[in-house]
Amino acid sequence: MASLSMKSVRKSYGAVEVIKGVDLDIADGEFVVVVGPSGCGKSPLLRMVAGLEEITAGTMEIGGRVVNDLEPKDRGIAMVFQSYALYPHKTVYDNMAFGLHIAKAPKAEVDAKVKKAAEILKLEPYLDRLPKQLSGGQRQRVAIGRAIVRNPEVFLFDEPLSNLDAALRVNTRAEIAKLHRDLGATMIYVTHDQVEAMTLADKIVVLEGGYAQQIGTPMELYHTPANLFVAGFIGSPKMNYIEVTVAEVSADGVKVAAPDIGEALLPIDPDKAAVGDRATLGIRPEDMRHGKTDGITVSGRVELVERLGHETLVEITTTNGLDLKGIIDGTTLISLGDTTDLSFAAASCHLFDSAGKALTRREVPEVVRARRGT
Amino acid sequence: MAGWLMAGPSLAILAIFLILPFFLAFGLSFTNQRLISPNPTEYVGMRNFESLLGVGTLTLEPLRGENGDLILEDGAPTYPRLRGYTRNNPDYPHLNGMREWISWTWGENRVYVLASDVVFMRALVNTFMFVLIVAPLQGALALGLALLVNQKLKGINAFRAIFFMPVVVSMVVVALLWRFIYDGQNGLLNTLLAFLTFGGFKPVDWLGNTSTAFGAMIAMSIWQAVGFHMVIWLSGLQTIPEHLYEAARIEGASRWQTFVHVTWPGLRNTAVLVLIVITMQAFALFTQVDVMTNGGPIDSTQSLVYQAVQRGYGQQDIAGGSAISVLLFLIVLSISLIQRYLTRERT
Ligand SMILES: Nc1ncnc2c1ncn2[C@@H]1O[C@H](COP(=O)(O)OP(=O)(O)OP(=O)(O)O)[C@@H](O)[C@H]1O
Ligand SMILES: [Mg+2]
Repeated sequence: MASLSMKSVRKSYGAVEVIKGVDLDIADGEFVVVVGPSGCGKSPLLRMVAGLEEITAGTMEIGGRVVNDLEPKDRGIAMVFQSYALYPHKTVYDNMAFGLHIAKAPKAEVDAKVKKAAEILKLEPYLDRLPKQLSGGQRQRVAIGRAIVRNPEVFLFDEPLSNLDAALRVNTRAEIAKLHRDLGATMIYVTHDQVEAMTLADKIVVLEGGYAQQIGTPMELYHTPANLFVAGFIGSPKMNYIEVTVAEVSADGVKVAAPDIGEALLPIDPDKAAVGDRATLGIRPEDMRHGKTDGITVSGRVELVERLGHETLVEITTTNGLDLKGIIDGTTLISLGDTTDLSFAAASCHLFDSAGKALTRREVPEVVRARRGT
Repeated sequence: MAGWLMAGPSLAILAIFLILPFFLAFGLSFTNQRLISPNPTEYVGMRNFESLLGVGTLTLEPLRGENGDLILEDGAPTYPRLRGYTRNNPDYPHLNGMREWISWTWGENRVYVLASDVVFMRALVNTFMFVLIVAPLQGALALGLALLVNQKLKGINAFRAIFFMPVVVSMVVVALLWRFIYDGQNGLLNTLLAFLTFGGFKPVDWLGNTSTAFGAMIAMSIWQAVGFHMVIWLSGLQTIPEHLYEAARIEGASRWQTFVHVTWPGLRNTAVLVLIVITMQAFALFTQVDVMTNGGPIDSTQSLVYQAVQRGYGQQDIAGGSAISVLLFLIVLSISLIQRYLTRERT
C-alpha cells in the first residue's frame, strides 16, 4: 500500500497539451475517482501513473519514490482496462496467473494467490473457461482478479464499468467498493459517470481543460463547487443558472438582483463581491419547491413535466426567457402550459463571480464534513 | 430465378475457364490425347499415371572371376550392365523401360532405384524440396519483417513500401533481373562477393551449375514474395488489441514473453493463411524455371508445373501433361487437408 503524489504533471502529444499541470496528493488507502467529460485527458493521466505513457513534465511519486522513469512493472501498480484486456486464448486461471507465471513464481504460490483472488471475486467455477465463454461482468471480475493477484500498492481502473449494462454496473460498483474496504489498497478510478464518482470516492478529482478543476470529497463537490464547471458537472439534472447583478454588499451577505427574482439577500461571504458586479446565481433543481413556499420565487409557464413517481421533474420558462428546472413532489398536480411558481431558499443558493469562480457559502450542510461510510 | 440470371454471366465464365478445364484435365489424363494428331483419341486407363509414377529397385552383385574374386577396374568393383535388366529381360518385366534414378553402394552390392520417368521424379522431388524450404523460410522471414515494420516510427511506411515492391513487379521481370544478378561473369552477386572478399571470391555461374542453380532459384523466390506475406502478417498483427500488450507490459513480460503469450497466439489464423498460401504458391513453381533455367542444368531445377507445360505443349503430349496436373492437384489437396487438420481449432 502506498501514497501517491503528482506535482505539476503535464502531458503533451506533439504540440497538443492535454494535461496542463495537475497537482494531486493521494493518501495511503484512499479511493480517488477522476471524473471529467469525454476527451478531457483522464485516461492519459491514469496511464502516466501506470507508466504506459511518458510524463511530459512534473514529478510522479508512488510511496515516496519518484517513478517517472520506472517501467510499469516496477511501479507497484495494477491496471484494469475498460476493454478488460484479457488474453483471449488463456483460461481464466492462466489470465490471472500470467504475471506470476512469467516471473517464474513457484507453482504452489501461484496457485494459492489465484485461488484466493478467485474466491474473493466468486470466480472459482470459471477458472477453466476461456474469456469468450464468460459474460461481460465475469470478464470484468477476471480483469480485477488479475490485478489482485499482482498484489499492487496502487490499483488503477480506467472506466471499468462502461461496457456493462445498467444493473450489472450497480452490482459491480458495489463489489469494487467492498473490495476497497477489504483490501484497504490505494485506488485510482477513472470514469465519466458522476454517479460512480459520488458513490465510490473518498476524494473526487474533476478534470477539465487540462486542469484539476476541483479536488474534494463528494459532498464538498456537491455542496461547495469551486466554479461553474464543477457546479454544472456534479449533480443531475444540472444546476440552474440565473444571471444577476450584485445590488448590495453587507455584513449579512450579498444582495443580488435580477428581473425574474427581484432582489434577494444570499448568505454568501461578501469580501470578494462589489456592487455592480455581474454574477451567476446557481440553484440545484432538487432545492426547488412548488408554489410560493420559500424565500425566492420565480414564476413561468410549464414547458416540461416528467413524472418519475416519487418525484416530478418540471421545467418552466419565465417571461424573460429564463429556463429553470425543478424537482418537486411526485404527487403535485401540474400540467404543461400552466403558469406556476417555483421557489427556493436563499441558503441553498450558490454564487459565482463573472469569471465563474464560486464565492464562499456561509451556510453549508453538516454533511459536507462526512467521510465515506459515515 | 432473377438472382441466378444476374449471376449467370459470372457463373458461365467460372464454368468455362475454371470448372471445365478442371474436368477436362481429369478426363484427358486417362487418354492418349495429343495436341495435334491424326489418330483418334483412345481411353488408356491408368497408363499415363503408371508411366509417371512407376518405380522399382534392383540390387546387383559385383562381377566375379572364375575363382570367385572380384573383377576390379581402377580398384573399384564392376557390376553387370543395367540395360540388361531394363531392356526386354523376361525375368524382370516390371523393370522394363525404366532408367536409373538414384543408386548407391551397399556393402559389396550396388542398389539402384529405377523410375519409368526420371525427369518427372526429379520434378516431383524438386517441387517438394522447394515447398519444404520456401514455406518455413519465407513465412518466418515475412513475420520478422512484419514485426519490424509494425513499429510506430516516422517513415515506417517507406520501409513497408520497399519490402512490398518486388511483389508488384511481375515474376517474369523479377526472374529476368535475377538472371543478371546471378550471371556467371560479371553478375551483381559475383561482383558484390568479390568486392566483399577483396577479390578473393572466384565467380560462380549460379544458374549454370547443378549444385547452385536450385538454391539460387529458391533464394530469389523467397525474396520476391516475402513482402506479400509480410503484408498479410502485418494485417494480422494489427488486429491484436493494443491493450493486451499494455497489460503484458504492466505484468513485466519481456519482449520474447510478449511475443510468445500475446503476439503469436493472436496470429493463429494469419499463420494458417500464410502457410497455406505459401504452400500453394510454392507448388505452382513455374515462371522462375521457365525464364531462368528451362529446368536445367541437367534437370536440376525441374518442377511439376514446368513439366506439365513442357509435356503438354513442348512435346504435344496433352494426356501426359494432364496427368501431371491431376497428380499435382491431388498432392495439393491432400496437403491442404492435412494442414487444415493440424491447425484446426482445438476446444
Ligand atoms: N496516443 C495519443 N496520441 C495523440 N493524442 C492523444 C493520445 N491519447 C490521447 N490523446 C488525446 O488526448 C485527449 C484526451 O484523451 P482521451 O480521449 O483518452 O481522454 P479521456 O478523458 O480518457 O476520454 P474518454 O472519457 O473518452 O475515455 C484527446 O483529445 C485525445 O485526442
Ligand atoms: Mg479514457
